[in-house]
Amino acid sequence: MVTVEKDFIIRTKGVDFFYGAFRALSDITMNFEKNRVTALIGPSGCGKSTLLRLLNRMNDLIDGTRVEGEILFEDRNIYAPDVDPVEIRQRIGMVFQKPNPFPKSIYNNITYAPKLAGIRDSGEIEALVEESLKQVVLWDEVKDILTKSAMTLSGGQQQRLCIARALAMKPDVILMDEPTSALDPISTAKIEELIDTLKKHYTIIIVTHNMQQAARISEYTGFFYLGKLIEFNATEKIFTNPDVKHTEDYITGRFG
Amino acid sequence: MKNRKHSLTKRVKEIAIRNLFGFFAFLSVLLLGLILVFLFREGIPLFKQISVADFLFGTAWYPTYEPPEYGIWPLIVGSLAVTFFACLIAVPLGILSAVYIAEIAPAGIKEILKSIIELLAGLPSVVLGFFGMVIVGPWLQETFDLPTGLNIVNAAVMLAIMAIPTISSISEDALYAVPREFKEASYALGATRYETIIRVIIPAALSGISTAVILGMARAIGETMVVLMVAGGAAAIPESIFDAVRPMTASIAAEMGEAPFRSGHYHALFATGIVLFMITLAFNLIADYISNRFRETGSGTL
Repeated sequence: MVTVEKDFIIRTKGVDFFYGAFRALSDITMNFEKNRVTALIGPSGCGKSTLLRLLNRMNDLIDGTRVEGEILFEDRNIYAPDVDPVEIRQRIGMVFQKPNPFPKSIYNNITYAPKLAGIRDSGEIEALVEESLKQVVLWDEVKDILTKSAMTLSGGQQQRLCIARALAMKPDVILMDEPTSALDPISTAKIEELIDTLKKHYTIIIVTHNMQQAARISEYTGFFYLGKLIEFNATEKIFTNPDVKHTEDYITGRFG
Repeated sequence: MKNRKHSLTKRVKEIAIRNLFGFFAFLSVLLLGLILVFLFREGIPLFKQISVADFLFGTAWYPTYEPPEYGIWPLIVGSLAVTFFACLIAVPLGILSAVYIAEIAPAGIKEILKSIIELLAGLPSVVLGFFGMVIVGPWLQETFDLPTGLNIVNAAVMLAIMAIPTISSISEDALYAVPREFKEASYALGATRYETIIRVIIPAALSGISTAVILGMARAIGETMVVLMVAGGAAAIPESIFDAVRPMTASIAAEMGEAPFRSGHYHALFATGIVLFMITLAFNLIADYISNRFRETGSGTL
């Protein structure tokens, strides 16, 4: 068997994470391959969302937390003291569980990040809006109502808008925290299709409660339990012939 | 049978309780209604002597002269002037302190600041009036070489101190009500804390903040004791911010005691009360309209 040198964009090395005295993650070592979809699964409270939020330093916003170990993004430890979390978040976008567009117009939702990044040229911004909305297949639905409030869109449309808003920032990685758990099956299918097309240009790391979803869309799957990474393998292997008995028990529905 | 009787008494009780609560709820409405009736009954007769336009826009307030003149335009201007300058001070201070308390301050400082601002709200207005008369007034007079330190600036500063807690605490509630999801979304898009505050949190809370400002204005324009003590009491249209004025509330409070019962002067003061009531009513309606509009187009719906 030939080993191909894989291109890992994010690597975690022995990461521990504490909420106060509570240890939410212990000794997580994982490599996330570039332009692939990696799914994080496991029962509620297993630490999968916590890990996701560590990858773009969103947990910084919670008081009384502490990280140990290293998280390397393109070989640079993002928790090093000289790293600006704002810069990390510009390169690593995030989509949340509940669609959270700003109470602004659809247009201004998309232009939020580019304007912060200092893009002022209106032609460039307009092109970016169109491009981002086309990437999430929302353009045809909203091109005539760009000035309307994003709050008037349906839940599924709002979530696609949130993805477009993250894409407008031109990130390298997109983190998704159960992006379809608040959506109906049709909207879910649209988002899943979207993830499949987005992985050509982006690395996607997705937390999901839905094991079928992980099986459908991801190349790699990590199974978490009680703050530990139990198994991390190719998705096909995890769902057909996992190495660890515990994983098999979870996937076949024996617990969780 | 027994069971049915039981449920019958229960029903009677329910109805009785409902009516009791209803009665107390409507009692305040009833009281307001009675006060209004009284206010209008005592105020309206003035307009047999003088037209509404002459009353509102007349520039001479000589209620005890013969013949008396009941033009309250100087009083209206006085009220509006002190309120306007009070807001100029209180709005930025109130909003900025609310932003600091809600979004920036560490937990310890937040608690201290909050209780101090609440204390400010509890300060008796007469104490504030004393402070204005004894400390601020003489200081203004000396520093700016004025004939009197009791003027628009003094009153505006004192009223601002009274309006700040209202503006600050209501704005603070509005800022807290901004869903956490918006903040997270902003941070995740690479915004800094201050970019998030300015571009997301304040705009999302803007209707609540506007309500706070208008209620603060209503508080300032209705305030009596402070302006009675420090506004100077001159019933003339001011030409500079260092002129003394006589706001409507001060005029009513000062003159009611000496106005003969049901004389023209007496009716004129009640009519002034009607004008004041209309202004605060308008402020409240505007505040209500803004906060309602916010609710409809509101936040985070799925």
